[in-house]
Amino acid sequence: MSGHSLIAARAGRWALNLYAALGLAYLFAPIAVIVAFSFNQPSGHFNIEWRQFTLANWQAPFADRALTDALWVSLRIAALSTLVSTVLGTMIAIALSRYRFPGSGAVNLLLVLPVTTPEIVVGSSLAAMFLGQNVIDFGMVTITIAHILFQLSFVAIIVRARLRDFDWTLEQAAQDLGAPPLRTFLTVTLPLILPGILAAALLSFALSIDDFIITFFNAGSTVTFPLQIFGASRVRIPPQVHVLATVILLVSVGLLVAGTILEHRRRRPNRVD
Amino acid sequence: MSIETRRRLTPYLLLLPGGLWLALFYLAPLWTLLKVSLSSRQGRFSMDYLLTWDVANYQVALTEFGPQFGRAFLYGGLATVLALAIGYPLAYVIAFRGGKYRSLLLGLVVVPLFTSYLIRTIAWSSILADNGPVVGLVSWLGLGGLLESLWITDQGRLLNTPAAVVGGLTYNFLPFMVLPIYVSLERIDGALVDAANDLYCSALAAFRKVVLPLSLPGVFAGSLLTFIPAAGDFINAQFLGSPATTMIGNSIQDQFLRQNNLSVASAMAFVLMFVMIVLVLVYSRRFGTDDLA
Repeated sequence: MSGHSLIAARAGRWALNLYAALGLAYLFAPIAVIVAFSFNQPSGHFNIEWRQFTLANWQAPFADRALTDALWVSLRIAALSTLVSTVLGTMIAIALSRYRFPGSGAVNLLLVLPVTTPEIVVGSSLAAMFLGQNVIDFGMVTITIAHILFQLSFVAIIVRARLRDFDWTLEQAAQDLGAPPLRTFLTVTLPLILPGILAAALLSFALSIDDFIITFFNAGSTVTFPLQIFGASRVRIPPQVHVLATVILLVSVGLLVAGTILEHRRRRPNRVD
Repeated sequence: MSIETRRRLTPYLLLLPGGLWLALFYLAPLWTLLKVSLSSRQGRFSMDYLLTWDVANYQVALTEFGPQFGRAFLYGGLATVLALAIGYPLAYVIAFRGGKYRSLLLGLVVVPLFTSYLIRTIAWSSILADNGPVVGLVSWLGLGGLLESLWITDQGRLLNTPAAVVGGLTYNFLPFMVLPIYVSLERIDGALVDAANDLYCSALAAFRKVVLPLSLPGVFAGSLLTFIPAAGDFINAQFLGSPATTMIGNSIQDQFLRQNNLSVASAMAFVLMFVMIVLVLVYSRRFGTDDLA
């Protein structure tokens, strides 16, 4: 290679790295704005224009009653729907990766469809069915049903991917040694696949807290965290929105990092053999 | 029951509760949606729908709301192309040059998803506002005329333009483009690229002949996972757009929740879903369903 083309190749490498870095910056621009605006002292009802640095918002994160109540509603829905969807989704994932059976292709497709259907279709069709069945009290129950639906697919798909290289002969070994199926599952299988299940549960919890479109159609008069922000956004955007968003971000990133570290720790002893 | 039949039944028993949930709350609602879209409403304020197998609602959906469908597919398509242009190089650099920081960098791509989608979109409206940083930078650099002639800004404004809506859609679904591309790039055996280089392939030719074809499943999966939510979205059009940039999602939401016109809303939703299902089926026949999500 001549000197010129070597320089050109190196310049090309740098240009590509820079381009990728700009891509990451694009992803983080609004995040930076959200964190920064949690320290802003807004002039009116809208915390969307930078005025002055203050710690006041962080000293009163729950000052906006409606927003705090809505966050509490979201947390309760997310806790229940995550629990149900994680159990049901894991069962589907185990059935698909552990067994070969007729009809598994159809099940695979049925799992992917809810994830690839536009949320507005999932939300409006569910609401149309509830209306058709004369369900009057839209609220916690209908929202939770809807959340379990979309979380279920995510959990099943993620756990199935994690189970792809799981060694199922371990179960056979345990059963050959006389362990009954349930005990085999609880003492051998579950501890090994737990990290994957927890990762899926964490993601589906985050999906539930953040869901707007599907919830919007099935909420009735119940107000979740995103619905409260949406409903109030014409009238006011208090700085607590930015404070609580930052807190949610920090907590989920913290959980993500902790999960990764834990999984690395768990894996290390296995690598010896 | 013999052990053999029990073993054969186990997978079905494991599938039963989740499968029932999907049947009851995904398939059955779609059936309702189809029926309502072929029904006519009994009176202006009535919530009773009579199944008439009339396709009038579809005619309304496709003619009256034709522009909204057009914008949904146009903006969604543009956002997908832009997300690919930003996401592919990003995934490439993380996969091949990330070294030991690969999982950290990939984590950074996912982190924005943990802040509320709605709040991120509202944050974009601050960034693009008339007195915000981007408009300021554009005028400082003297690029106003150029952006105006490219139809990006409208009389110096960025907010409430189609460009802002497309930019917001690109932003919100970019991680869904990066992740599947990254997965398909990571699977590529580095020895293949080395072999191409050893055979005096230039870096560009090695990319074009080895890396790019092997990463195509990820590109298609990412495009599908970006286009579907982008074309069905209404948040970006609402917060970053204007009445002239409404998409089909805005119309479905408006007809369903405000005008109480379930039939037309259902017809629009069904057309939207039909297009997406066709795309998904074409994709899954070619590549299978493993790379989606």
